[in-house]
Amino acid sequence: MTDAPTTIEDAILRIETLSKDFGPVRAVDGVSLDIRRNEFFALLGPSGCGKSTLLRMLAGFEMPSSGRILLEGKDISSLKPERRPLNLMFQSYALFPHMSVVRNIAYGLEMERLPRAEVRARVDEIMAVTDLTGFADRKPEQLSGGQKQRVALARALVKRPKVLLLDEPLGALDKKLRERMQLELKRLQHDVGITFIIVTHDQEEALVMADRMAILKDGQLLQCGSPEDVYESPTDRFVANFIGVMNFIEGGIGADGHFTAEGMRLPVPGIAAGPTALAIRPEDVAIDHGGGHGIAGRITDMAYHGLDRVLHVAIDACETPLQVRVPARIEAGHAIGEPIRLSIAPDRCKFFPA
Amino acid sequence: MMGFTRQNAGGRATLIVVFGFLYLPIAVLVGLSFNEAGLPTVWSGFSTKWYGALLGNANILGAAWNTLIVAIFATVISTVLGTLLAIGIETRRRASNGLEALVFAPMVIPDIVLAVALLSFFSRLDVTLGLHTIIISHVIFDLAFVCSIVRARLKHFDYSIVEASRDLGASPWTTFWRITFPVLMPAIVAGALLAFTLSIDEFIIAFFTSGAGRSSITLPMQIYSMIRFGITPEINALATIVMSVSAAALLLSQWLNKDQLR
Amino acid sequence: MSFQATRPNLLAAPAIAWLLAFMVAPCLLILGYAFFERGTWGGVVYTFTLENFERVFDPLYARIFLNSARIAATVTLLAILIAYPAAYAISRAPKSRQPLLLFFAVLPFWSNYLIRTYAWIVLLNREGLINNVLRWGGYEGEPLSMLYSEGAVITGLVYNYLPFVILAIYSSLSRLDMSLIEASRDLGAGPIRTFLRVTLPLTLPGVAAGGVFVFVLSIGNFVTPALLGGGRFQMIGNLVYDQFLTANDWPFGAALGMILIAIMIVLLTLQARATNRAAGTVREAER
Repeated sequence: MTDAPTTIEDAILRIETLSKDFGPVRAVDGVSLDIRRNEFFALLGPSGCGKSTLLRMLAGFEMPSSGRILLEGKDISSLKPERRPLNLMFQSYALFPHMSVVRNIAYGLEMERLPRAEVRARVDEIMAVTDLTGFADRKPEQLSGGQKQRVALARALVKRPKVLLLDEPLGALDKKLRERMQLELKRLQHDVGITFIIVTHDQEEALVMADRMAILKDGQLLQCGSPEDVYESPTDRFVANFIGVMNFIEGGIGADGHFTAEGMRLPVPGIAAGPTALAIRPEDVAIDHGGGHGIAGRITDMAYHGLDRVLHVAIDACETPLQVRVPARIEAGHAIGEPIRLSIAPDRCKFFPA
Repeated sequence: MMGFTRQNAGGRATLIVVFGFLYLPIAVLVGLSFNEAGLPTVWSGFSTKWYGALLGNANILGAAWNTLIVAIFATVISTVLGTLLAIGIETRRRASNGLEALVFAPMVIPDIVLAVALLSFFSRLDVTLGLHTIIISHVIFDLAFVCSIVRARLKHFDYSIVEASRDLGASPWTTFWRITFPVLMPAIVAGALLAFTLSIDEFIIAFFTSGAGRSSITLPMQIYSMIRFGITPEINALATIVMSVSAAALLLSQWLNKDQLR
Repeated sequence: MSFQATRPNLLAAPAIAWLLAFMVAPCLLILGYAFFERGTWGGVVYTFTLENFERVFDPLYARIFLNSARIAATVTLLAILIAYPAAYAISRAPKSRQPLLLFFAVLPFWSNYLIRTYAWIVLLNREGLINNVLRWGGYEGEPLSMLYSEGAVITGLVYNYLPFVILAIYSSLSRLDMSLIEASRDLGAGPIRTFLRVTLPLTLPGVAAGGVFVFVLSIGNFVTPALLGGGRFQMIGNLVYDQFLTANDWPFGAALGMILIAIMIVLLTLQARATNRAAGTVREAER
């Protein structure tokens, strides 16, 4: 399943067959990853997939059961958290409640025993970058969610870490603010030129922000690549289902090089025979207006999304209705219960052995 | 909201009656302590002479001094032990019913039973009774109360700030003194103040573990023997002072710990 | 991590050692004493006997036991009847004022027990405030002797433990989801039926916690019966006191103390079970 660990020459962070056991539970299972300098990298997976444990191992809060973590070629696996040139932005923000904004941000620099003037200059600079000027003397309890989030970010960034780790950084914000902050974080990452590794369970967030992403499940790395790679060419059925919306049709590929399921037959040259699931995205299914050769179905539900319209079409080949995404202005005037014919482009299909 | 006004009026009346019941007896005591005549029969004018009389009473001053020593030592010991215990319990991976019961017991055990048990214990071991045995005994329940207050704070404690401090480059030691301790501080001080008032006021256990003779009599013991001799105006004055000290300590404790009520 | 990595047991050890040495060991010692004979001149003779427990059923002592239990039960009932409306009123006060009201309801509880009891002597005695007020009001007869009676003891105990019951019931009420009450009203129940069918059942754990506490502390009380009951009025606490300081019969005193502890353990266990069961029903209801 796992991609062969692709070695990247200019990797800033290298994770080598890292595992973590909690008693009988293997939270992270032999994960290998290379992270490029200055890239925005997302660790994505459902809750309990091990992504947070992986991040905590990078930060130094969990010791790996086996495997190594190399930062710029140096093994940091056994370093204490305070000795690692990585910083973590906590999901809860973890702002010190008894310190003002400015004291929170300066804390990490004070730990480096930097001269007072330098601490001040760097704190002022980062506060300007993160739009916090004017909040210096507020206590965390006097800040809004978005402001707290920026303080947490500033506090980690001011240390100029080689890698910034972000644990669900937008999880606590409401939808509107979250969408704005996605772009803002990406811009900020570009401006400061620091490698970001973000943990999220929100696939949309990962698609929007990340240069590359890794999908984890049950502690294992399923796929790693750019958002487009992962969306367009999922190598795993779980990934295909987890990223975006995917229709699955269970069937089989015969010796004749055709995928067959009830009421449909599709030529698929070059794919191994056997029971197989066909996967197709809703936007790759079209309504077949002429000919009458398409797959027969009946509309069971419709949802209008402005630009698009999603039709749910019941077909004989699968139990769950197929989702079909069509341009709303072109495909107007359909009705629930209406019989319809669908066409599928064979080159857009993915096949996963059942 | 408007519909509830009638109910509010009922609630207010209830509270006035109950607070009256709670505070009237105390108010009477305080009032009488300033009565020239000293007795409830007649109000003969405002006077502080009963307070003056206290200052001239060597027995009372001696008892007050003993009380202070007991309370200070018991508070210091129980604050340290109780705080460590609270952190220990709250950071355990698994809860232990036995431990919970052990820590809860000092708060509910009838004090007369603990008193006779301690007396038996000390005399069985031939320990000379005195202020030190009172201190040892007071630490038992003091530490339980300190522990419960610090635990309440720890329940709302966001452990990720400890990790954040490490992540930002602070050692465990620095983290404790710059993060954990300041955040817990109000609860620790609140616990200490509560322990202090409990020690100042405790009577039965001190009575049983103080031994014979005047040398280790504490204020509550002094008050008890004065009451048994009959009501005197000095008792009212002494009671007023003792209650004021407790109330001040408790107000301070509450004020320090007010964040928790939110 | 530094928090988790510190050794919890090591931190707790000094306090646990203190409690084991100075609370558990002494209690085990008198548990042992309870099964031995007293010496002729006091002290303990290490001969096994069950006589100390048999003596509890001697009519003289059995009467004191029953009396204590009856008084403690009366005190518990009265305290709950007064505390519930007070706690309810506090829980319905504006949110911002609740902490302060609660604090002042509980404040007397933490102040000197002896003095609070003494205050009632000042109020109740023959030359006391209440008799004076009555005389000013035109009352001509003999001054009422209210002190040194069962009523005085009950009043003193209710007065002393009321704050704790208010606190216990309030903490139950404040955890009560207000939308449940609104739902009950919405479904057609009036305020009284809503109280009886929703509010009261859901706050019973608080009532039980407060009640058990008052009962345990009242039945073993020493100061209040001694001061407000006078010498004539005995409860178990006074009996224990006498065995140790006057009668010099430590084994019997120890046996009485152990019975108090047993009562405490039984009641606390029952209360914990009831509370858990109540919490269980709530959890089930939420599923």
